Amino acid sequence: MSWLTDSLKSSIFRKLLMALTGLFLILFLTVHLAGNIQLIFNDEGQAFNIYAHTMAHNPFIQLVSKFNFAFIVIHVIYSIWLSRINKTARPVKYGYSAASTNSPWTSRNMGILGTLILVFLVIHLKGFWWEFKNDSIPMITYDGETMPNVFLVVKAAYSNIWYAAVYVVSMFFVGFHLSHGFASAFQTLGLNHVKYTPAIKAIGKGYAIIVPAVFALIPILIYIKSLG
Amino acid sequence: MDLTLKIWRQKNSNTEGKFVTYEVKDISHESSFLEMLDVLNIGLEEKGEEPVHFDHDCREGICGMCSLYINGKPHGPQQTTTCQLHMRSFKSGQTIWIEPWRAKAFPVIKDLVTDRSAFDRIIQAGGYISVNTGGVPDANEIPIPRKIADEAMDSATCIGCGACVAACKNASAMLFVSAKVTHLGLLPQGKVEAKTRVENMVAQMDAEGFGACTNTGACAAECPKEIPLANIAKMNRDFIGARLTSENV
Ligand code: HEM
Ligand code: SF4
Ligand code: FES
Repeated sequence: MSWLTDSLKSSIFRKLLMALTGLFLILFLTVHLAGNIQLIFNDEGQAFNIYAHTMAHNPFIQLVSKFNFAFIVIHVIYSIWLSRINKTARPVKYGYSAASTNSPWTSRNMGILGTLILVFLVIHLKGFWWEFKNDSIPMITYDGETMPNVFLVVKAAYSNIWYAAVYVVSMFFVGFHLSHGFASAFQTLGLNHVKYTPAIKAIGKGYAIIVPAVFALIPILIYIKSLG
Repeated sequence: MDLTLKIWRQKNSNTEGKFVTYEVKDISHESSFLEMLDVLNIGLEEKGEEPVHFDHDCREGICGMCSLYINGKPHGPQQTTTCQLHMRSFKSGQTIWIEPWRAKAFPVIKDLVTDRSAFDRIIQAGGYISVNTGGVPDANEIPIPRKIADEAMDSATCIGCGACVAACKNASAMLFVSAKVTHLGLLPQGKVEAKTRVENMVAQMDAEGFGACTNTGACAAECPKEIPLANIAKMNRDFIGARLTSENV
């Protein structure tokens, strides 16, 4: 079995885990957005509440969400491990560096961007996921079925300009992280091909702009609505 | 042209180094970068000072011995070796920073000279093919398609200079190792040991203290032999495949 433990310690396998967990998080982000988009429907949260209620009672979704947590933890732990190794690999820094001439800024700052995302995740999970688990949420009944009115919690949060602003700014961090991360994960997996790599890069850039932008639009719209 | 040079001076691997400023005058813009340093050193020797130590050998861009991190880039502003860099790439009056490669795996021996034997040990770990010695084999005994020969040659052009390590923010040696693994792995003679080769070379690379790859692309952008990033993807593929299927338990 030593081949397995040795493998897990090798730099390439560590990177592989970063890439696989990162790609899963990208997939999760997409599904998450598809759900969240219902927050801006003009139905006082009915669609979103029903959706959230269904998800909370679907055993498959609950299993996936456990995996999602595990993958975030793996992604973060391995990023700390890798970043430390990468730092010690150059104990004396250059006196003069022109790194911007040979590599994109995002690719050199994945750790910082990731840390900022992590800070956001803590705020995010504390504000919503944790609140939803509590019983303090008002209930609402649609067609005879009673469920927590989670929309109300979201609406209250986003009506606070600071809270909404944290969300919007954080989406920039996600966008920058993915503008390098998306295509980088494929390179790590060994998927570099003249036919597909240009497409992967283009899709990655598009994803890194569109998905965070739509995510950011939700608090903006809810905040604007709360004014009027 | 007249230049101000900020050069890293370090007595040996046990002492701390520092930048020392020198002025050089009347340098021809046609001279090479190393010739410019030769002029500086002649002046230093005449004054009875210790000349600046730097690595070089062929001065033809083929041996991989020259190094130097010039104004924030390995081998300076052009994508070439330092020996093939000419002073026409600079302006009179300019300040030029000259540093050694900086990596834990490449300790400074003196001034701008680093110990790059970590690369030799990676090669010893698998960068070879095992053959029985005997008479010289017939050149055309093993047919190799032209395309494969060309691709292998593209990777074989890596001169082991270490600019990829110097350029990488993680001091990663992935581009170098991927060039060697690809070069040998493509050829029929090298295929026999392909799996153990990639396993052993990557293990040695990690043991030497090089960092991991973040796919920044700095290595390929600075490599004087234009080894592409695709080689690293190929090595990742080869390594993962080898780890899963080789018989080394
Ligand atoms: C929305 C959540 C996140 C997503 C979708 C995501 C996605 C990704 C992807 C796809 C990669 C590229 C993997 C590769 O280069 O092979 C990556 C790399 C990275 N991520 Fe994340 N990530 C997220 C959150 C985080 C967090 C919270 C941290 C750290 C605290 C983090 C730290 C890093 C680091 C340091 C890298 C670079 C690893 C390397 O190339 O050496 N990420 N991420
Ligand atoms: S890959 Fe390029 S930069 Fe790296 S050692 Fe070989 S020739 Fe030098
Ligand atoms: S001295 Fe040989 S490559 Fe520069």
